[in-house]
Amino acid sequence: MAKTKRRSVLKLAGGAAAASMGGMAAILASGRMPAFAQQRTVHWLKWVDFVPATDTLLKREMMPEAEKALGVKMNLETVNGNDLQPRITAGIQSGAGADLIMSFNSYTHLYANSVVDVSAIAEEVGKREGGILPYAKAICSNGKVYMGMPWAVIGGMIAYRKSWLDEVGVTKFPDTWDGYREAAKKLKAKGRPFGQTLGHTFGDAPGFTYPYLWSWGGKEVDASGKVVLNSKETLESIKFMQGLWKDGMDEGGLAWDDTNNNRAFLSQTISATLNGASIYIETLRKPDQYKTEKGLPMNKDIQHAPLPKGPAGQFGFHLLQSNMLMKYSKNQDAAKEFLKWIHTEANYRKFFESQKGFATPCTAKWESDKLWDVDPVMAPFKVAARLGQAIGNAGPPDAKAQEVLSKYIITDMYAKAVQGMPAEDAMKWAEAELKKVYV
Amino acid sequence: MAVTALSAAESKRLSPRLRKLEDERWLAMALLAPTAILLGLFIAYPFFEGVLLSLSSARVGDPGHFVGLKNFHKIWDDSIFRTTVWNTFWYTGVTTVFKLALGLWLAILLNRHFKGKAIIRAFILLPFIIPTVLSTFAWKWMFDPTFSVINWSLFQLGLITTRINWLGDPDLAMTSIIIINIWRGVPFFAITLLAGLQTISPELHEAAAIDGARPWARFWHVTWPLLMPVTLVVVLFSVIQTFADFQLVYVMTGGGPANATHLFATYAYQLGIGTGLLSEGAAISLAMFPFLFVIVVVQLLYIRRVETR
Repeated sequence: MAKTKRRSVLKLAGGAAAASMGGMAAILASGRMPAFAQQRTVHWLKWVDFVPATDTLLKREMMPEAEKALGVKMNLETVNGNDLQPRITAGIQSGAGADLIMSFNSYTHLYANSVVDVSAIAEEVGKREGGILPYAKAICSNGKVYMGMPWAVIGGMIAYRKSWLDEVGVTKFPDTWDGYREAAKKLKAKGRPFGQTLGHTFGDAPGFTYPYLWSWGGKEVDASGKVVLNSKETLESIKFMQGLWKDGMDEGGLAWDDTNNNRAFLSQTISATLNGASIYIETLRKPDQYKTEKGLPMNKDIQHAPLPKGPAGQFGFHLLQSNMLMKYSKNQDAAKEFLKWIHTEANYRKFFESQKGFATPCTAKWESDKLWDVDPVMAPFKVAARLGQAIGNAGPPDAKAQEVLSKYIITDMYAKAVQGMPAEDAMKWAEAELKKVYV
Repeated sequence: MAVTALSAAESKRLSPRLRKLEDERWLAMALLAPTAILLGLFIAYPFFEGVLLSLSSARVGDPGHFVGLKNFHKIWDDSIFRTTVWNTFWYTGVTTVFKLALGLWLAILLNRHFKGKAIIRAFILLPFIIPTVLSTFAWKWMFDPTFSVINWSLFQLGLITTRINWLGDPDLAMTSIIIINIWRGVPFFAITLLAGLQTISPELHEAAAIDGARPWARFWHVTWPLLMPVTLVVVLFSVIQTFADFQLVYVMTGGGPANATHLFATYAYQLGIGTGLLSEGAAISLAMFPFLFVIVVVQLLYIRRVETR
């Protein structure tokens, strides 16, 4: 038998590879990068949308359209909202990663040194669409540059069971905290409390505690950045929360994350909770699965209302999403072109309509869009972006405000109090923590 | 010695570079080099970088400047950090005692002869094999404030009338994560101690039995002393792992409610990644080091004493 030498095997294999693909030699000989590497690529990292139809639309239709229109290769990646921050940190520290990354709230201020100014695009869109709403502007811009291109506001409203409230004689959702407590008390007595998280979770916990604090007149800081949390108003709010918690709330809420209240509501153990529209949208999607105790579709029994008023007014703190163009990106021009493209009215409308009201756009014009007339249950969300108040009240929503948020100081102040810490002590603890941040 | 055994003719044929390896010192260094490089690259270098980071004012996207021990001062003043230190010690202490006791008990049971021994031993390892995040998610459901199967069972048995707020109450939340850590860690103790038990010659037990030693005396005077070196090593590993635990707490509570379950690693993550304060996050991670260092040195010294006894 002829002896097979190692070299002859290699030759044969190399020949086969070269014959089928032109091989490395061919690429080197041409002196050009292969076609796929020449093309500009934009890598966009965003959260997994709570409305699955939107991600399908973006991936199947809009990305191919963008590729055709702009001559770039689009790479859309979706991750859980909680995983965005680790990815941003990794990207910035290593100088490589996605070109466009979705930001939640004041991440924009936190990573201001590492992003590219997108003022030109924001201002152009604002001019065309009746102006960028102040809430979005405060979060995405530091007054000089836009650190992120405002994308959408995920409004937080109280979803409640109409028939259950009717049963205890509450025909309209209470618009004061006293009314709220009264209704919750009656419903808790029937085993159907209101439910709210005071846990360490990014969305619903601060979405409830911040506006609650502000509505009583409590503030983290004054306009100059001095900590003013220690006040009569804050104390009142904590004392009221202690009573409210015992009287009317599901006490498991201390440990809830952003999904627990959805499950509790859908399994009919709570009668009202602050949330995005995802509970309602889920019942629309699966009408056969989610039924009331009388066998009717649950979606017919859900209504939305804003958080009640306090002595100092009515507030909302909604998840604001923007897209940051990272400084390390090697495709900044292509990414800017993409942002311009997706923010044209025709393209943005496709996204907006797929959300069915879950996301509220950041410019004034969309507030009067006909989409809000389609489903009256979703109508309260249309003003979410306009009524939102940013964190760090009454200062700017800067990196320090974000630090307070990330440490859950305001939420923990209430959590400690309902766990039994005296209201004064809880307030003093939070004040001391705030002072360490605002030095 | 191998080097001197080489004949003169053979050593002539070696290239000058290789001839250097005839010297044992050079050979030792050459053989150690790969390990040293790996350790240097993946342990010493990151550790050194971590130290530098903790002495700077670095944030995400901002390399910062040297600030000395300021970050350590800051965390020392931080009430959440103090809670974290206490939590970590409590968590590590309680779980280690239980893991050791239950692990030893299980190991002694498994060391007996019974039908299906191999299968049972394999199954015992399951909690340790399943990725922590996965099993912790299952536990999360079991401790869920609304749907807890534990509460449901206790209720059905008539033992409770209202829900137990497992993860919402600070003490119960800590107890819950301790239970999960014990569940996860017992197999590691059991299997390692079982390996230790099997090295103990049955003749020693037989001899003790003939001398009239009862089971407890046999365990205390024969098994326990002989098992001591293995036990100490297992405890050492477990303490290091538990002290630096992250996944379990991150998935179960995120450090809540109101920081009642924060450990070093989760709080460092919250500050470093969540808030972008890389330097403070690094300082918190490093604060773990002196504690662990003392624990490890004490244990290693003790192991040496036991072994040379």
